[in-house]
Amino acid sequence: MAIHFASILPLIILIKDWFTKDLGGDPINEITHRTADIAIIILLASLTCTPLFKVFGFRQAIKVRRALGRYAFFYALLHFLTFLILDYGFDIRLVLVTITTAPRLILGSLAFLILFALAITSNVKTMKFLGKNWKRLHRFVYAAGILLVIHYFLAVKSDFRLPTVSAVILIILLLLRVPIVRNKIVLLRKR
Amino acid sequence: MKRTSMVVTASAILAACDGNVPGTTETAPNVPATAEIEQAPTITSISEPEYSLWDPKTDPLSEYESVIEYNNYYEFTTDKSRVAELAKNFQTSPWSVEVSGMVQNPKTYDVDDLKTKFDQEERIYRLRCVEAWSMVIPWQGFPLAKILDEVVPTSDAKYVKFTTLLDEAQMPGVRYPYPWPYVEGLRIDEAMHDLTIMATGLYGKDLLPQNGSPLRLVVPWKYGFKSIKSIVKIELVDEMPTSLWMALAPNEYGFYANVNPDVSHPRWSQATERRIGEIGRRDTLLFNGYTEEVAYLYDGMDLRKWY
Repeated sequence: MAIHFASILPLIILIKDWFTKDLGGDPINEITHRTADIAIIILLASLTCTPLFKVFGFRQAIKVRRALGRYAFFYALLHFLTFLILDYGFDIRLVLVTITTAPRLILGSLAFLILFALAITSNVKTMKFLGKNWKRLHRFVYAAGILLVIHYFLAVKSDFRLPTVSAVILIILLLLRVPIVRNKIVLLRKR
Repeated sequence: MKRTSMVVTASAILAACDGNVPGTTETAPNVPATAEIEQAPTITSISEPEYSLWDPKTDPLSEYESVIEYNNYYEFTTDKSRVAELAKNFQTSPWSVEVSGMVQNPKTYDVDDLKTKFDQEERIYRLRCVEAWSMVIPWQGFPLAKILDEVVPTSDAKYVKFTTLLDEAQMPGVRYPYPWPYVEGLRIDEAMHDLTIMATGLYGKDLLPQNGSPLRLVVPWKYGFKSIKSIVKIELVDEMPTSLWMALAPNEYGFYANVNPDVSHPRWSQATERRIGEIGRRDTLLFNGYTEEVAYLYDGMDLRKWY
């Protein structure tokens, strides 16, 4: 429950700020950035669940993983729709030209497609249907994370602090999945 | 190319908050001091400004709130929405501007004197940020050429170098490792061009700190970062100045920084822009739509090389 509240709250604040005109001088830019920030924070949070359980034995974490993954996609969708409709005025030709000529947008689009595929397969029925392949498919979330962090780096002009923080967190989360690292920490904990 | 229709707008307006009426007498036209200046258009002896080139139908003014709430001013913060708040107590009075270097008559001006010394004209310009957004802003100010005519550049002077105030006590952003102070430059013929103004206000009011108070440059055919804010020093030099952005990322920001839809930033396209307040995009225009006025400055130059 807390997870749902925490995940929806930023959207409520965003809508409130829209109506109270608190989105600054360029609301479209603010919406673009906020939905992106929230998406990447929730995605990193969803990637924290597995190591929290497997490395640190925190069982509750695994229960919220799917919900977090879906919310990450939800905000990525809002981010994409903001780009498509508010920023580019649904000018499909212009959007295609822009996406295919800017590396950051190619990376962002790839990551979005991955998240989309993961979101629509995040249910028990599809899990059963896909069997072993489900896990293989969902490992692509690591690729999405890496693509999004690079996308983030390419999107800022010169202040790389936040992209750097997200990159460091992502690297730690990926390292915790490397068997040697994981086993070392588990051994240390059990001593 | 879309032709900008010429609209002669409300000529000289009174500096909003000054009680004094700007002098109606013009400074006598100075004899051009260098060969460069001779190539520049005649800027003196204009008592009624012939600009701006502005069509309210295609370029409606940006909202005042947007202009004062959405700012790039890294000395305060890199967050465009927070500059206004962080800069609100910025001390801009008294303020003097040193004009020195390769000039015959180096001078230090008090900003308040500049406002009365030169007629304050209204210029409505498009402002195109390198980040691919744009606004339309009614500035008040006067051509930079008027200052340059007074100090008389020597024949060695080829460039004009501008420097922003650097004050750690007032500017929280300068803790971050950029090559401060903020420096910008123009070639002398660009500086003498009549479109190039020193702005002291916008929307009929004095400039606010976030907009570069008390005195800033406005060069409408170049990306916004060239239009340096809160200027304390103007130097005439013989070598191309290295701007802060050139020092920081020479492969991304060049000296000229002319608005050009065909020359992309290495990390994003410059072909389109978002006009703040509008949904959707506009095509970016070469020289920000001021081609007829400024293209001759770059005759024979490879704009891809000299970005």
